[in-house]
Amino acid sequence: MTGHSTSSPRPAPGSRGLPLRSLLTALGVLALAVIPVMAPGLQLLVNLALAKGLAVLGVTVLLRAGQVSFGHALFFGVSAYAGAFCVAALPGADLVLVLVAGVIGAALAGLLVGLFVVRYRGIFFGMLNLAFSMIFWSILEKFYHVTGGADGIRLDRPTVLGMELGRGAFELVLFYLAIALVLGLGWFTLRWFASPVGQLFQTIKTNETRLEYLGLSPRRVLLSGYLLSAVLCGVGGSLMGMTQGVVTPEYVWWVRSAEMVFIAVLGGAGSVRGAFVGALIYEMVRVYASAFAGDIWQMLLGAFLLVIILFAPGGIMGILDGLMRRATPARAPARTKEAGQ
Amino acid sequence: MNLTIFLLALFDGISYAALVFIVALGLTLIFGVMRILNVAHGSLYAIGAYATASLTSYVLALGFAPVLAFPLMLVSAVLVGVLLGGPIEWLLLRRIYNKPEVLQLLVTFAVFMILEDVQRLVWGTQPYFQASALQALGNVTVFGVTYTVYQLILLPVLAVTLLLGLRFFLRHTVIGKLILATTEDREAAQSIGIDADRVFLFTFVVGAVLAGLGGALASPTTSILPGMGADMIVLSFAVIATAGLGQIEGAAITALLIGLGRSFAVYVWPEVAVLVPYLIMVLVLLVRPEGLFGSPVARKI
Repeated sequence: MTGHSTSSPRPAPGSRGLPLRSLLTALGVLALAVIPVMAPGLQLLVNLALAKGLAVLGVTVLLRAGQVSFGHALFFGVSAYAGAFCVAALPGADLVLVLVAGVIGAALAGLLVGLFVVRYRGIFFGMLNLAFSMIFWSILEKFYHVTGGADGIRLDRPTVLGMELGRGAFELVLFYLAIALVLGLGWFTLRWFASPVGQLFQTIKTNETRLEYLGLSPRRVLLSGYLLSAVLCGVGGSLMGMTQGVVTPEYVWWVRSAEMVFIAVLGGAGSVRGAFVGALIYEMVRVYASAFAGDIWQMLLGAFLLVIILFAPGGIMGILDGLMRRATPARAPARTKEAGQ
Repeated sequence: MNLTIFLLALFDGISYAALVFIVALGLTLIFGVMRILNVAHGSLYAIGAYATASLTSYVLALGFAPVLAFPLMLVSAVLVGVLLGGPIEWLLLRRIYNKPEVLQLLVTFAVFMILEDVQRLVWGTQPYFQASALQALGNVTVFGVTYTVYQLILLPVLAVTLLLGLRFFLRHTVIGKLILATTEDREAAQSIGIDADRVFLFTFVVGAVLAGLGGALASPTTSILPGMGADMIVLSFAVIATAGLGQIEGAAITALLIGLGRSFAVYVWPEVAVLVPYLIMVLVLLVRPEGLFGSPVARKI
């Protein structure tokens, strides 16, 4: 359990994190920050990957409690639609307002669904989440006079702090907003894992019964993590919606949820950094692979998922951690078997 | 709502429930014995439907009688069970029986993703129609409502036969008793000489055949499209979750409840028809978290 709290993204006071890892994280963030200047062609791609990464982080949070959700695209979609409705109702609404509307929508949906699903674990937890996302998907498809049906609705470019920006400037704002949100929320999630509630939350995976012996309600603890995961997905959904300028029922489709679970496992089940590293790698590969493997993309994902689960359960971060441990043998005492953060 | 519409909704509901039940039966049998929820079950259903449509079209094009469509359904179902179900259990699931539930779920989910693309590669994205079996049996008129014999009589009769057959098989045959013994306590069963691996393989293949059979039987009544597997896995999970996981008789009653609820909604408030099964599931689970017929499990500490 202690292994979870030994590092944070930056060497915060009192943290015993691997310096190498913090250095790599800082370098990674720096590399992302210069992309609009150095490689403008990648800007949109990275922006989408970061939005997706935030949603993946939501799934990752639940993996820490040993639960998997096959329906977290629900909150991704709820938030994006909330933002779109917000802009439709108040033309020229501010970016902050759209984001807040999305997060509130995702949090409300998370509370509603969460109150129900925290009664379950394992199979039921995963499948009930899937069922809720399918429900929302059919609502979006059927009530087309409100939701625009399969074509979705436009999410017009919002103003930024009262200013009307051109396309290029707006995309730049979104890009750096995405980086800021990733850093802020990633840091928050790491602190949350280390906080008392976060520690209790992870106990659901290791030994839920002991939690009850302590006089605590596992449902309430799980609900707090569920809300966090819903909000993270919501932020990702809002960013995605604003970046693409249109929201469609595809945001909620089970394939999207599956993709999130896939990236979370690819990055390293339970790893905060892994969520973003996984999302970036995934998007890069997808863009270049879809040209010649578009028809079998899902098949490749499935096969790769099997390979990771059976042969590299720590995911990318697990492999990186292994490499780092080999590089700095003196500094790395026996860490937990858990994948690194 | 007059009598005609009432009867139409009733018949729709019954034939739909029969199909869903057959698929859910396979899912709940596998879960009951192996404690694994096979997410790829939906794909097996879809592949069963595709295989039947292709086989039937091919055989009928050779000039054989349309009645041959019925044995071909069985052939497709068995092919799906043996050629897909067998290797899935043998190559994959066997490695993960002692892994956490979440990993097992992820593995079957990965298989599901793979099989969804396999369907698209083999059969494309164009919808398939193959209704010879439906037409071969003709129509029947009940109280002035004309309905197909296939949906009103054949499907429900088959569903009930399968239910009773499986009950008899599990309780009164040697293999069935071996399965029940392994379900009850795998280690104890092995210690008295039961080959648990073979029991699991057999159960999984039977479950997969049921999924394929559900698809085969559904193929004449609907257009076969990509995505039907995803719908079916969620729906049949709703059925077995509402009934209580592993409850075979309960699944039959729940399938009927959900089928009727959905078909009446089609005539009363069509927009929400798709939602009705899930609303029923959520309502039931709110009151009874173990499902209608499930019993709370004693916790091991």
